[in-house]
Amino acid sequence: MNAAAQQVYKPRRNLELALLLMALTVAVGSQFLVALALDEPITTDYYVEGAVFAGLVLAFHVVLRLRAKYADPFILPIVVTLNGLGIAMIHRLDFTPSFSGVADRQLMWTGVSIVAAIVLLWLLRDHRRLRQLTYISLAVSVVLLFLPIVPGLGQELNGARIWVTLGPASFQPSEIAKITLAVFFAGFLANNRDLILLAGRKVGPVTFPRLRDLAPMFIAWIIAIGVLVVQNDLGNALMFFGLFVAVIYVATSRFSWIAIGSVFMLIGAALAYQFVGHFRDRVEIWLNAFDQDIYERTFGGSYQVVQGLFGLAHGGLVGTGLGSGNPNMVSLANSDMIIAAFGEELGFIGLSAMLLLYLLLFSRYMRAGLGTRDTFGKLLAVGLAVVLVLQVFVVVGGLTRVIPMTGLATPFLAAGGSALLANWLIVAVLLLISHSARQPVIVGPMVNATGESSSGIESRLQHSDGPGARESAVHRHSAHRHHHDDDETRLNHTPADQQAPADQGGTK
Amino acid sequence: MNNAIRHTWVVSVGLFITLFVALSIIQVAMTDELNANPNNVRQVYEDRGAPRGAITVDGTAIAESIPSENSSFDYQRVYNEPELYSGITGTYSIAANPTGLEGTLNEYLSGQSDSQFFDRIASVFTGDTTDGGQVELTLDSELQQLAYDQIPDGTRGSIIVTEIATGDIKAMAAKPSYDNNLLAVQDSTELVQNQEQLETDPDLRYTSRAISSTLAPGSVFKLVDLVAMLESDDYESDTILDNPNSITLPDSNTQLENFDRGICGQRPQAELSWIVAQSCNTPFAEAAMDLGQGPIQDSAEAFGFNSEDLGIPLRVETSNFPEDLSDAALAQSSIGQFDVTSTPLQMNMVAAAIANDGTLMKPNLVDAIRGSDLQLLETSEPETLSEVTSEEVADEITEMMIGVVESGTATRAQTQSFQVAAKTGTAEVGDTGEVNSWITGFAPADDPQYAVTVAYERIDFDTGSSLTAPQMLTMLEAAIE
Repeated sequence: MNAAAQQVYKPRRNLELALLLMALTVAVGSQFLVALALDEPITTDYYVEGAVFAGLVLAFHVVLRLRAKYADPFILPIVVTLNGLGIAMIHRLDFTPSFSGVADRQLMWTGVSIVAAIVLLWLLRDHRRLRQLTYISLAVSVVLLFLPIVPGLGQELNGARIWVTLGPASFQPSEIAKITLAVFFAGFLANNRDLILLAGRKVGPVTFPRLRDLAPMFIAWIIAIGVLVVQNDLGNALMFFGLFVAVIYVATSRFSWIAIGSVFMLIGAALAYQFVGHFRDRVEIWLNAFDQDIYERTFGGSYQVVQGLFGLAHGGLVGTGLGSGNPNMVSLANSDMIIAAFGEELGFIGLSAMLLLYLLLFSRYMRAGLGTRDTFGKLLAVGLAVVLVLQVFVVVGGLTRVIPMTGLATPFLAAGGSALLANWLIVAVLLLISHSARQPVIVGPMVNATGESSSGIESRLQHSDGPGARESAVHRHSAHRHHHDDDETRLNHTPADQQAPADQGGTK
Repeated sequence: MNNAIRHTWVVSVGLFITLFVALSIIQVAMTDELNANPNNVRQVYEDRGAPRGAITVDGTAIAESIPSENSSFDYQRVYNEPELYSGITGTYSIAANPTGLEGTLNEYLSGQSDSQFFDRIASVFTGDTTDGGQVELTLDSELQQLAYDQIPDGTRGSIIVTEIATGDIKAMAAKPSYDNNLLAVQDSTELVQNQEQLETDPDLRYTSRAISSTLAPGSVFKLVDLVAMLESDDYESDTILDNPNSITLPDSNTQLENFDRGICGQRPQAELSWIVAQSCNTPFAEAAMDLGQGPIQDSAEAFGFNSEDLGIPLRVETSNFPEDLSDAALAQSSIGQFDVTSTPLQMNMVAAAIANDGTLMKPNLVDAIRGSDLQLLETSEPETLSEVTSEEVADEITEMMIGVVESGTATRAQTQSFQVAAKTGTAEVGDTGEVNSWITGFAPADDPQYAVTVAYERIDFDTGSSLTAPQMLTMLEAAIE
C-alpha cells in the first residue's frame, strides 16, 4: 500500500461544486416536476424559491471553501438532494385537501437551517471547541428534555408530549437535545475513557466498569429515557438509547457494552410494555396490524400503519409516479409518514435510491469519525452518525413493520422545522470533523524530530499501516494527552486492530 | 477505536439491509395481496377516480369525466341532461358496481378492453393514465328530448323509437327519471343520503322502464297471436269469426269478455281485420285454444319472449310467455293477460319485425366505440335476431294494423302525411281499476322507417288512451319529417 499517497487529501471543493449542481438539479427540478405532474401553473414563486435555495446552498459551499476546505465533499450534496426531495413531496401533498400550505414553511425552515448551519460552521471553526461544552451540553439537554412537560409550555400532539409552544412558534426540543446529548456523551467519554477502560472488575469474560465512573452518564441516560417515556416519545427514547450504546461501545471497544445495552433495552421494553399503554398499543399494532378490530380502533389502532403499507404496495416496484398516487390517504403523510408517500409515488426503486443516499451520508459521517485524530471528534461523529441511522431505521422500520412504529421525523425529508434545523446543525458539525480528518497536519519545527521530510504533510511510519499508527504519529507530534489510547485498547482487548486494514481512503 | 467504528458501520449497514428486505417484501412480493385487501380503498380511488371515456349522443357528451379538485379521486364523472339519459347510461359510482351502459361497456369506457391493449402499452411508456374509449349512442337527442317531454310527470311511462331497418334505438325515454349525478358524488355519506332520498319514490327505476319494467301487454300481444294464426293457414284477414261478448273459459267459471268500452258488441260475427281493428278479445281466445299452446309460444319466442340474454348492449329484462298453460290460461294469455309480461322494448320489437317484413332486427343503442385517440374501435352492424315470419304474413298483419288506425282503436294516430300502422293494448292490472295502456306501431306503412312504442303502467284508462296514440304519432312525425 502506498501509504504516503493515501494520506494526502485534496480539498475536493470543485468535486463538491459539481455534485452540488447535480443535487440542486434534482432538488429544484423536482419542484417543477410536481407542478408539471399535477398540471399546476408554474408561477414565478418556483423560480424565486429555487434561486433562494440554490443561493443558500452555494453560499454554504463558498463558506466551506473559506473555512473548511478539506471538509467531506459528499455530505452537502447528499443533504441538499434529500432536503429538496422532501420539499418537493411536501409541496406535492400541499395540493391535496388535508395537507396544504406546508411546503413554504418547510422551505423557510430549510433556509433558516442552512443559515444556522453556516453560522455555526463559521463561528465554531473547530469541532474540538465543543468539547469545552461537555457539561453545559448536559445541562442544556436536561432543560430541553424537560421543557415539554413544563405546564403552559408543553403541548401534546398525537399522543406524544414533545412540543413546546412559545407564542406562535412551536418546536420539538428533543431534536436539538440529540445534538447536545451527543456532545455530552462524546465529551464525557473522551475525558473519562481511561478510567472506564482501566478500572473495573472482571466477571468471567466480561469486564464491568466501576459504576461511579459511569454515574454521570447513567444519570443523563436515565433522565433522557425517563423524560421521553413520560412524554410518550418512544422514537426518541430508542434513538437516545442507541446513541448511548453506540458511543460507549466505540469509546471502549468492548462488546460487553453491547451486551449490557441489550439487557437494558430488553428491561426497558418490558417495563414500557407493562406500564406505558401507548407502547403496548404500538406493540399490538406491530404484531397484529391486519386484525380488523385493531385496524378499526379509533385510538391506538393500526389504521396508520396499514394505510402506510397499502401506500407502499400501491407504489410497487416503480411507483405510481409523482402526483399520481394517493399518499394523502396516510395520516401525517408529509411528516412522520413521508417515507410512505415516497414509497408510493417513487416506488421501491425510488425509495431504495433515497435509502442509499442515507446510507452514503451515514458512511460519510462515519468516515469523518474514522479519519479525525481526536477521540472527542471520533465519538461525536459516530454519535451523530448513529443518530442519523437510527432515525431512518426507526421511521422506515416502523413503516415496514420491522419494529413497532414510533413517531420520528425522517431526517431532511419530513415537514418540521426543529428536526430540519437539528439535522443541518449536525451537518455543520460533521463537515468540521471531516475537515479536521482530511486536512494535512502542519508539522512544526519542534516536532520534526523523526527525521522525516518537512513537507508540511504528515507521513506514515514505515512499519505500520494501521490507522492507529497515524494516530500515534499525530500524538507524537502534538503530545496529545491520550497518546496511549490505541495501545491500551490493543493490549486490553482487540488484537484485531493490528491486522485491521488500513484506512480505506474512501474519499479518493 | 476505529475498529469499533467499523463494527458500528457494519451493524448499521445490516439495519439498512433489513429495511431493503422489508421494503422489497412489501413493495414487490406482497403488492397483490395488499392491493386486494378489503380495507385498501386505494384501488377504489384509482379505479373510480380514473378518467373514463365519454358517452355521447349526436357528438355531445352526456357522460364525461372531468378532473376533480380537492378530492382523493382524480376525476369526477359528470352526467349532462341526466334525467333524459340516466336510465340508459347508468351511473359510475364510488360505492357500487357501475350500472347501465357504464357497467355493460365498462371495459371500453375504462380503456381495459382487448382492442385498447396497445393504448395501455403506450401509456406505460408515456406515463399517462390510460384514457377510456368513447361510446357513441344511436340516440337522437331531439327525439329523446321530445319523447321525455311528452311523458307527463307523475306517470310511469316510456316511449321508444327505433329505426326499423337497423334496429337502432333513436329514443328511449321513461319517467320517473332521476339525476344520476346524485349517485356519482364522491363522498360516501352524501351518496347514501342521495340514494335514500331517491328511493323514497317507489316508482323510481334506476334502469329505464322501457327495458326494465315487464308489464302485462294486453291487446298488443294479439300481434303475436296473429302471426301464429296466419301461419296456420286457417285464418286470413277476411276470415269470419264468432265474436260473442263473452265466453266461459274451459274448466272454470271465469268469463272472458270483450272490452266494454269498445264497439265489439255491435257484431256477433266479424271478419278478422275488423276484430283486430276493434281489438275484440273472444275471437282471439277461441283461436288460441284452437291452435294450442305450441304455435302461440313459438311465435312469442320468435319475437324474443322468454329469451334471457338480450343485450342492446344494456341487458333487457326478460319478457315472459308462460309454458304449459291450461286452455283457460292460454286463452287469457292470448290477449296479453294472465302471466304474460313484456317490456315496452319487447313490444316495439314485435311491431318493428312486422314492419321489417318479418325479420327481427336486434335493437341497439351503441353506434360506435372509439379509442381515446378517437380511432374507431368498433362500429355496430345491423344484426338479425330471427326470421319471425314470412313477408306475406307480415304484410297481411300490417294491413290489419293500418285498419286499427283508420277505423279502429287508434284513430287518434291518423295523419295526412303518411299512413300509420299500429296496435293498441289495454291490460287490466289486478282489481285496481288501473290499466297498462299501450300502443305500438310504425310508419309509413308502405315503407316502414320507424317503429314507436308508448307504454304507461298503472294509469287510468282514459288518461292512458288519450296519451298513447297521439304521442306515438308525434314521435313518428318527428322521426320521419
